[in-house]
Amino acid sequence: MSRAALLLLADGRFPAGGHAHSGGAEPAVAAGHIKDAATLERFCRGRLHTAGLVAAALAAAAAAGCDPLLLDDAADARTPVPALRQVARRLGRQMMRAARATWPDPALDALAAARPRGAHQPVVLGLAARSAGLPPQDAAYAVAYETISGPATAAVRLLSLDPFDATAVLAHLAADVDRVAEQGAAAGERVAADGVDVLPAASAPLLDITAEAHAAWPVRLFAS
Amino acid sequence: MTLALPPQTTPATAAPPSAGLRATARVVARTDADGTTRLPVLDGDGPFALRRVRAHGGPARVCVVGAMSAPLGGDRLAIEVTAEAGSALHVTAAAATVALPGRTGAPAHYDVRLTVGEGARLDWLPEPLISAAGSDLRMTTTVELAATARLVLREEQVLGRSGEPTGALRSRLTVRRAGRTLLDQETAYGPGAPGWDTSAVLGGHRAIGQLLVVGPEFADGPAPVRLLGATGDQPHRGRPSGDRPLDARGVLAPLAGPGALATAVAPDALRLRRLLDEAARGLGG
Repeated sequence: MSRAALLLLADGRFPAGGHAHSGGAEPAVAAGHIKDAATLERFCRGRLHTAGLVAAALAAAAAAGCDPLLLDDAADARTPVPALRQVARRLGRQMMRAARATWPDPALDALAAARPRGAHQPVVLGLAARSAGLPPQDAAYAVAYETISGPATAAVRLLSLDPFDATAVLAHLAADVDRVAEQGAAAGERVAADGVDVLPAASAPLLDITAEAHAAWPVRLFAS
Repeated sequence: MTLALPPQTTPATAAPPSAGLRATARVVARTDADGTTRLPVLDGDGPFALRRVRAHGGPARVCVVGAMSAPLGGDRLAIEVTAEAGSALHVTAAAATVALPGRTGAPAHYDVRLTVGEGARLDWLPEPLISAAGSDLRMTTTVELAATARLVLREEQVLGRSGEPTGALRSRLTVRRAGRTLLDQETAYGPGAPGWDTSAVLGGHRAIGQLLVVGPEFADGPAPVRLLGATGDQPHRGRPSGDRPLDARGVLAPLAGPGALATAVAPDALRLRRLLDEAARGLGG
């Protein structure tokens, strides 16, 4: 195992398509909820402790070797709106392409064959982490960080926010990322013994509602 | 090496009074030979008094009447409702439930367990749960549905009574159908729930609700997505968007399995109910 694989997986330049998604930041900017660094930080904190926690736990469980199809079903049950299920599967398919080219593994091939339209992205990322030899906690970290780095990068483009300020927001949230990655990894590592019901199911009503509203916009900068 | 913890030596009856109230109310609905739904079990307990409501044909009707102030911190309350195969049961409540602080600071637990058999229908339509300042409630709602069961479930949460901050409210809704999990969601609001009062989660709203409808008819074609209430947020170039009033809003959308879920947020319980009623009409329910 090489720890450097974690840097690769968490790098925004890893060719997995994440740059086209704002993680709910685009509708939040349009509604006036994100207008500067302080409001971006609040949005990111909320997303991290809800959608981010669920995704981190799914990724950790996949990295721990749990059945990815059971985890994919668990992700569906935790994603009540179709817009976000579609986004998760589209991103999962792109992550799968990048992962199979980077860390070839029969386990990735099997999941790609079972879910040709894409599995939920955190499940694919967790399996990719496993293929790269990374432990569950690293998978949880990569996902937790991505949960906030996506909206922060999008806010720079949407608001012409100073990139230094956006990066400072990510630094302010470091302790929250630690906490979410640890909680997610702890839950993910319990799945093998206790089943998928131990996975967190934290929901964020406004992310669900605005994702569907955003998907109906005629013109938008980001796919989600 | 870890030593096993000693077994619990304090059964419910031996618990000191300060440990709070333990109560489990039970309802069983069963069809008799002529197809009418009867209620062979209608057992209130503790704060739950159960009233049979006159039904003019159609489903059996039960109203949950609060007989005392509950849940208080430290209480362990449960309601178990079973609609057996072929039966039809409609459950409402007389008033909102208010979670209040207890004397010890211990959290209250409130577990709702609903079971719906083949061909049966359960409407579970309680009044809102209000989280009073200083309270700490852990709630679970667990639903087991047979493959041909029908469910209409409404859940409303109000964070704080008028003009007060909210208590801590953690609530998990798990719905299994034919052994598979159809929906699993946890909401966590108030003290101890990081990020709850942010624009990703509630955006200043204080009333949150869901209307869930499950039934075999959704297997034929998923419900269309429908936005509820204010559908704003489209970019308004050249218009300041910072200080708009809070608009109640929601979405009605198909689940990954045979069901549809409306999720709504609103500044208060009244505007929340309006949106959920709008969703119910959209589902023909």
